[in-house]
Amino acid sequence: MVGREKVREFARAVMATNAIHTDVAAARAAGYADLVAPPTFAVVVQEKTLAQLLAMPGANIDFSRVVHGSQDFTFTRPIVAGDELTAVLTVESVKSLAGNSLVTAVSQITDAAGGHVVTATSTLVVRADD
Amino acid sequence: MPALTQLAVGDEVANAAYRFTRESLVRYAGASGDFNAIHYRDDVAASVGLPGVLAHGMLTMGVAVQPVVEWLGDPGRVLGYQVKFTRPILVDPVEGAEIEVLAKVGAVNAEEHSARIDLTVTFNGDTVLGKAQVLVSLTASA
Repeated sequence: MVGREKVREFARAVMATNAIHTDVAAARAAGYADLVAPPTFAVVVQEKTLAQLLAMPGANIDFSRVVHGSQDFTFTRPIVAGDELTAVLTVESVKSLAGNSLVTAVSQITDAAGGHVVTATSTLVVRADD
Repeated sequence: MPALTQLAVGDEVANAAYRFTRESLVRYAGASGDFNAIHYRDDVAASVGLPGVLAHGMLTMGVAVQPVVEWLGDPGRVLGYQVKFTRPILVDPVEGAEIEVLAKVGAVNAEEHSARIDLTVTFNGDTVLGKAQVLVSLTASA
């Protein structure tokens, strides 16, 4: 469940200025049910699935060697406070490149009604041992 | 609200500067849940061979889209957003780090009522994000 204070906290952290992120009346006046999360807020939801992936016993991934290579968000609609979101992560590909591993993970984030909200795709580079 | 018909490829739509401090990094760590210590501890950063504490890539990504959201007036008009993390941002404990964001129209799609906005994000004169593109939905006319 996306909380209002989490949306406000995240908006402040990414230096967002639009009142739509912090003022419920402003968000409703713009046609939204509640506070609207900044575009990259989806990472809060995705982070939990990535943490699960990195913690999987068979994954054998050393967190201190993980570098974020790229990130992509594709939206059907913005995340709004009050949303009950579910994220399902799929490892799309694992490639080896000069001893490093390139992992592409796709998280599909849907709402309580099963509707698509946003797809978050991360490419993680796991650096080889020195 | 910007209108599609008023946009041409190459137009500058936003230009802004932001200062990251160590406080910004701690604030983002709490907000995002990314508590990797390389973003707030010099000793941990040094132990994994980094020149210093680095900003979260996702903080840079999150801040860099803000001038575009301000220009749009509605974050719901962002249909897609992608970046490659090409260079880290070192955040000095005293001075912090200043980043600059320049947003220009990269493509206009009249049929889809959308435009691609290309971001150039620089720190110390070097670009830190590659292929930073925001796909936005716009109305045909104001």
